[in-house]
Amino acid sequence: MAKSNKPIVWGLFAAGGTVSAFVIPVLVLLTLLAALGHVPTTLAYDNLRGFAASWWGKIAIFGVIFFSLWGSAHRLRITCFDFGLRADTLVATVVYAVAAVGSVATVVYLAAL
Amino acid sequence: MAEQVNRKPYVREVSPTRWFLRDRRYMRYMAREVTCLFIGAYTLMLLVGIARLAQGPAAYEAFLAALREPASIVFQVLTLGFALYHTTTWFNVTPKALPLQIGEEFVPGGAVAGAHYVLWALISVVILFLAGVF
Repeated sequence: MAKSNKPIVWGLFAAGGTVSAFVIPVLVLLTLLAALGHVPTTLAYDNLRGFAASWWGKIAIFGVIFFSLWGSAHRLRITCFDFGLRADTLVATVVYAVAAVGSVATVVYLAAL
Repeated sequence: MAEQVNRKPYVREVSPTRWFLRDRRYMRYMAREVTCLFIGAYTLMLLVGIARLAQGPAAYEAFLAALREPASIVFQVLTLGFALYHTTTWFNVTPKALPLQIGEEFVPGGAVAGAHYVLWALISVVILFLAGVF
């Protein structure tokens, strides 16, 4: 039987869609508050650094970015196809590469904190 | 010979780039798909924020200043709208994607979706509280 990576990327899509559904709206709300001049206390440098330095903070930040990135990447691949961009192999390579690089970068930056 | 065969070539009437404009259901499907552009871009913005945080106070303050740019605010407001649309459509489809069976009966879809909405509200309030908004 031919090997397929569909179960993996579809699983990441399902997990990513669920994670982003639960937390992206409230995170946007937090950054919007900061943008409008009411920086939430946790988003102040010292506090956020303290949060990102803890192991549960690292897990939370990595989990949100990793799943949201891979979920969006897979959906973007399908969206490109639906908009008539039929070079699926190229699109898949680009979007998954961005998700992979983003995941590694998240680990590298979190490790530095 | 081939030309004779192709005198009336089959022409697909469906445009590969505008097919979804024919039906509101297709347009809603595409609106759902497009949410990933905003959520993906916003996630990359979060990643930049973590990078700036790792680079020190000056870099992080510059990131917060960039958040206040009008273009950034417009982007975030649009992202909020698309993210809310993603959340509601995602929860509404969850009972169909993962039907929950207890004994002989399937749990009604409304109950499964409703439980997701309750959990969503709870998570949002807890995150706002932990972030020090109230």
